[in-house]
Amino acid sequence: MNTHAELPAKPVPDVTPESAPYWEGLRQHKLLLQACADCGQIRHYPRAVCATCYSIAVTWIEANGAGTIQSWTVAHHPFHPGFKIEVPYALLLVDLAEGVRVNAPLRGDPAGLQLGRAVRLIFENGGQGFVLPAFEYSAE
Amino acid sequence: MLHRQSVISGVGETTYSKHAGKSVLALHLECALAAIRDAGLDPKDVDGIIPYTGTGVVAEDFVTNFGIPDLRFSATTPLGGASPVAALQCAAAALATGICRHVLIPIARNGASGGRIATRMREAPQFRTVAEFELPVGAFAPAQLYAPMARRHMELYGTTSLQFAEIAVNTRRHAILNGNAMMTKPLTVEEHQASRMIADPLRLFDCSLESDGGAAVVVSRADCARDLRQPLISILAVAEGHPDSPSAISQRADLTRLGIAKAAPRAFAMAGITHADIDVAEIYDCFTYIVLCQLEDLGFCAKGEGGPFIASGATRLEGKLPINTHGGLLSQAHMVGMNHIVELVKQLRGTAGRAQVKDARVGLVTGYGDMGDGSLAILARD
Repeated sequence: MNTHAELPAKPVPDVTPESAPYWEGLRQHKLLLQACADCGQIRHYPRAVCATCYSIAVTWIEANGAGTIQSWTVAHHPFHPGFKIEVPYALLLVDLAEGVRVNAPLRGDPAGLQLGRAVRLIFENGGQGFVLPAFEYSAE
Repeated sequence: MLHRQSVISGVGETTYSKHAGKSVLALHLECALAAIRDAGLDPKDVDGIIPYTGTGVVAEDFVTNFGIPDLRFSATTPLGGASPVAALQCAAAALATGICRHVLIPIARNGASGGRIATRMREAPQFRTVAEFELPVGAFAPAQLYAPMARRHMELYGTTSLQFAEIAVNTRRHAILNGNAMMTKPLTVEEHQASRMIADPLRLFDCSLESDGGAAVVVSRADCARDLRQPLISILAVAEGHPDSPSAISQRADLTRLGIAKAAPRAFAMAGITHADIDVAEIYDCFTYIVLCQLEDLGFCAKGEGGPFIASGATRLEGKLPINTHGGLLSQAHMVGMNHIVELVKQLRGTAGRAQVKDARVGLVTGYGDMGDGSLAILARD
């Protein structure tokens, strides 16, 4: 018998105080980005200080979910046992409209991959109470 | 300024294999002794040590095992695969300022029989910034993190997997000439193209080896090396550079520009030479694409021209810029590029055997590591 519960677990994030709102946002199906409360600079991944003005004051904004493909890979070799049944899977680097990038899987046919192609954010169950970002091609 | 302040006085290597059957410390001591003896020094002459981070071996291990009476300098240069060449800069700075006289830079690992790369990556502090966000979506290993850089280059400039194949095949050709290389059978373009995909566009033969063994160099202050055994190989220039968004490749504005692009102009200015003066180059080759990208970032060809430059045969032994004459990380062994420094010194001494580049006097060696850190040194036989 090979139930889902017996499959090797995928890694889950080590959440920090600075990143906790990001993960909580995903649970509510929102991709939250940090915006500097002083100069407005948007940054990703979540971190403690603004590299533009060094302010530690932060607000969170919700990404609108629209993006374009900067690059990608299709993983064929599973470097982690938790991804053995997933390969091959396409991982995208997506330029969000807000000016930062997201690294997340494509749910769609890798044959359609091309630089600049429009994609839309979706949300998936990541296990152990986490929700993860993913992308699908935007409707033409 | 570090120009001509120090020399590489000794180099040493163990046999490279998939299973050394020795501890990492024993391999360290073996390659260190080989390098120290090659220089004509006694282990007790060593007064500076820059060990590689992540092997568990520290400077004190050499003090204990060699009975070094007065270690005056120890440091680490945690730049992943750019560490050994960055350590040359660190050593040159310590030597030029008179802190010490002879710096040992060793690396040894059971990279094949011990822990594998995906495991080591997860423990690397440089990966911590992105690990929280990228491990859960399935990005673990260097191949997966670097592949999007290669893909972007291919889509923007028309770079092809066949051009990657030329790098792999050429490097294998050189490994076969070496005598201490793990890969000893010829590789064809067809075999490269048929090899299994690891992380598209990187195939198995685009990826470097995992190896057991050790390599070391001794760097000496120029005025302390005149009576040593070997022809002096002078450090004309050395520099390191860190890319924008150094830990998160995913957030880097220009995916096709590595840290070495910042370091290269500094090094060429310090050396006071031009690209045409370089007789031979040992280019860090964890993946074929990384070689191609560095050749561009170093200025041997324009951005986007790396593919045609490689395809022209320029980097073959008989080409205008022979590279990775020892077989590199792709086909000799993965000694984090310390083997690249060892090979360049041999080339400049004229002792590189069947892969000797005729009349090689000035050469360049690079390191590349973590998420795009770079380092380079320009060496010359005086």
